[in-house]
Amino acid sequence: MPTLYDILTLLPELYLVAAVCLILLLDAFMKPAQRPQLHWISIAVLLVAIYLVVAGQPEQTATAFNGMFVRDHVAEILKVFALGITAVVFVYARPYMIDRKLFGGEFYALMIFAVLGVMVMVSAGNLVTIYLGLALLSLSSYALVALNRDARLPPEAAIKYFVLSALASGMLLYGMSMVYGASGMGGTPTLDLAQLHDVMAYTTAPKLLLLGLVFMLVGIGFELGVAPFHMWLPDVYHGAPTPVTTFIGAVSKLAAFGLAWRLLEVGMGDLSRYWQPMLAALATASLVIGNLVAIVQTNFKRMMAYSTISHMGYVLLGLSAATPEGYSAALFYVICYALMSAAAFGVMLVLARAGFECEEISDFKGLNQKAPWMAFLMLLAMFSLAGVPPLFGFWAKVLVLEAAIHADMLWLAIVGVVTAFIGLYYYLYVIKAMYFDAPEEGASVEVKTDASLRVVLSVNALALLALGLYWGPLLAWCQRAFGV
Amino acid sequence: MFNHLLSLLIWLPIVGAVPVLLAGSARPMLARWLALLIAIATFVISLWLLRYDPEGSVMQLQETHVWIATWGVHFTLAVDGISVALILMTTFVGILVIAGAWKVIQDRPHQYMACMLLLEGLLIGVFCATDALVFYAFFEAVLIPMYILIGMWGGPRRVYATLKLFIYTFTGSVFMLIALLYLYQKAHTFDLATLAALPLTFKEQAWLFFGFLIAFAIKVPMVPVHTWLPDAHVEAPTGGSVWLAAVMLKIGTYGMVRFILPITPDAGAHFAWIVIVLSLVAIVYIGYVALVQEDMKKLVAYSSVAHMGFVTLGIFMAFMLVREGGNTDMASLGMQGAMVQMISHGFVSGAMFTCIGVMYDRTHTRQIKDYGGVINMMPWFGLFYVLFAMANCGLPGTSGFVGEFMVILASFSASPWIALFATFTLIIGAGYTLWLVKRVLWGPVTTEHVKHMTPMTPRETWVLIGFAVAVLAIGVWPQPLIHLMDSSVAHLVQQLAVHKI
Repeated sequence: MPTLYDILTLLPELYLVAAVCLILLLDAFMKPAQRPQLHWISIAVLLVAIYLVVAGQPEQTATAFNGMFVRDHVAEILKVFALGITAVVFVYARPYMIDRKLFGGEFYALMIFAVLGVMVMVSAGNLVTIYLGLALLSLSSYALVALNRDARLPPEAAIKYFVLSALASGMLLYGMSMVYGASGMGGTPTLDLAQLHDVMAYTTAPKLLLLGLVFMLVGIGFELGVAPFHMWLPDVYHGAPTPVTTFIGAVSKLAAFGLAWRLLEVGMGDLSRYWQPMLAALATASLVIGNLVAIVQTNFKRMMAYSTISHMGYVLLGLSAATPEGYSAALFYVICYALMSAAAFGVMLVLARAGFECEEISDFKGLNQKAPWMAFLMLLAMFSLAGVPPLFGFWAKVLVLEAAIHADMLWLAIVGVVTAFIGLYYYLYVIKAMYFDAPEEGASVEVKTDASLRVVLSVNALALLALGLYWGPLLAWCQRAFGV
Repeated sequence: MFNHLLSLLIWLPIVGAVPVLLAGSARPMLARWLALLIAIATFVISLWLLRYDPEGSVMQLQETHVWIATWGVHFTLAVDGISVALILMTTFVGILVIAGAWKVIQDRPHQYMACMLLLEGLLIGVFCATDALVFYAFFEAVLIPMYILIGMWGGPRRVYATLKLFIYTFTGSVFMLIALLYLYQKAHTFDLATLAALPLTFKEQAWLFFGFLIAFAIKVPMVPVHTWLPDAHVEAPTGGSVWLAAVMLKIGTYGMVRFILPITPDAGAHFAWIVIVLSLVAIVYIGYVALVQEDMKKLVAYSSVAHMGFVTLGIFMAFMLVREGGNTDMASLGMQGAMVQMISHGFVSGAMFTCIGVMYDRTHTRQIKDYGGVINMMPWFGLFYVLFAMANCGLPGTSGFVGEFMVILASFSASPWIALFATFTLIIGAGYTLWLVKRVLWGPVTTEHVKHMTPMTPRETWVLIGFAVAVLAIGVWPQPLIHLMDSSVAHLVQQLAVHKI
């Protein structure tokens, strides 16, 4: 029987389950004229969830349901940003969804289910909980990608996503089963991450354990979207409705970081000497492939997909250091990336209108002449993604590079900076289109007049500048979570 | 105010760019006046830097603000004599470029002016940062307004030029970032004074040296990584060219002085010959390249590379003189010459680009063959042009002479061969500059372009007077400038004499 303590520890998640059911009911029984209210209700639901996460956060790590669920500071940070960015995505999404007649309760319900999956996953203390969270996130994401079911690209993207993701989940489960088996050889079999931590010390089947680790890494690599498990990213980014792309680009990456950290450090920390070089190899592949292939993209969403691949390479740079400093740098990076990509997609969404996605880089031509403020916000996002000081993205890069050097992986840091200046080109190219090119003949620019969208987008993009000038508190928060 | 003088100097133009931007394209005159007022205010405030006492401690006007506590990064600022001279030059040039672009820039002038102010503030930041990470942030951030400046208001191939500039310089500096992070591992701080005292093995120093060198060599620029400069100069609007030549190149040599000399003195001494050879190649070979240019801006751009060769020569010759001969006096002289050359080149090249801009605004061509007999149409302009051309080839009485002479004098003690090649510049420099003057100014009016040239406007005259005063003042009476930098240079020479191994 769950105790009251278990329930209190799980309160934000339980609250969200109740709230999402309420939203579904409201959607079914509300009058059509009142349905737009769902938007604000959903945002309020998320904000309350953030409050519950922060207010109920115990000082020490708390576990519930016999260690199935862990509530620590890492989970707190990831949940706060996942919920916050989802709320931002809601604000960005509304005019877009209305234009395309996609506005409805199912979008909000699915998004909240997905973010619930994220919350369960980043708080997992057990292999089963991890899979539970992952499944919830993935299933909601497939449906979200296919939300615009009558168009050509979204169903295709959703099927691709589903098939590849199912394969990767299978790999992950297979790996988990091997690890479980290995833990049983020489000891009591366990699925608990904290108990698995010392499994290397006593198992009589170390090879089985390592094989399991490799399969799990495939799953982690897929969720992060690092090369060579990145094939799904460009198609899904391209095919999904842009708000969903924003969600997958920002929130799912936070979740993937949580997944990687829980499995690798909490569960398999003892094997770090084995997974470190594997992560380093994945990081190198992502940095090189992501940055090189992004150069030739003409579609902004596909370019951002390859840019994600390269940025996840930087996250791996921090993770592969396998030190608390490295983890905090990687967490800092993934938060930074989530904010940057949300800002970049936000500008896309503010310019998109019915029948016009604003998804080609050439659609941004001459933006500075027509909408200088939006061009400026995009400029901030692009320079931040490129890692040019004083913007936020630069400091995140500095931190992961420092972590890599600290862990005696100078070569990896050098790969990181060399690919950084390869990557510079395509970000500069977007700025070139906005500032240096004349608008195309007949192209018109309409900036959405939605005040909440404009304000939130401005705050999001200016935060990249503000956090670039003063990033100390966020770093301190990340470092405290890992006990640096 | 005096406690936060340096912060004020940095942030006044940067924050001042915001109201200039907000003035918008609807109120261009407001944007121009605001920008000019902010630039003048910055210059006036920067005059307080003259309170710098050359007899006192080396770094003065120190400011320390805790920035990122968990990382031990402090926002520390301080100036020595060299920084003071460079900051004063920056604020002075800042006024001139804004005044120079008054009428010329009609397309979104508020954004242009904001870029100018941003550049000014960031460059001042580079010159007073004493924390390596703060330095790096300013050093890189300079590229953002420069990228926009060339890309938006540049010539036909502006996109190519500005991308090349950005990618070249960014490429170099990322290696410096790795070097800095490596140093952070050892010292757990980015404070430059601490890093200077950090013992390092020769192998470490060698890697760090090349990390720093590639970053700064691209910025200077040195042969063979100079190719971005002619492209950037040719395509940049006049204001961009002036910033680029007058101040931005100096942050490369300034970085050498701040990083390579104190942090890696042994590697610096060991590899000084590489830099010296490259400097001589710049002086001689690039001089010849300048000779054959058909585009005026390209010619001056190449002559900039050659002149900056003198600066790098002066700096690295000091290693030879101190380490091999123990000749600190001569080393100081060479270093002093390099520093004077930095300031002088700032004014001279800035003035040359402004002159070319004045002509370009009338004719919209930079090809030398389109000119001839300009003196007939614009006599007063001819006066200034000849003056700056003379300064460019190092005529005594102009600022160009002082620095070159000191460097050549010092180079004799290092090796007569270096002196021989360095002296070539006097001949080649005179060659390309005087030939340029001959083809552009003298002779009868032959082309349609020149026939329609109008005399200088008062605004243009005042801008050129500003440059002329600086060029002549340093040329005739360099003593205050030398005195200002004397103790700082002596300190540098001490630093490079330290054996860290």
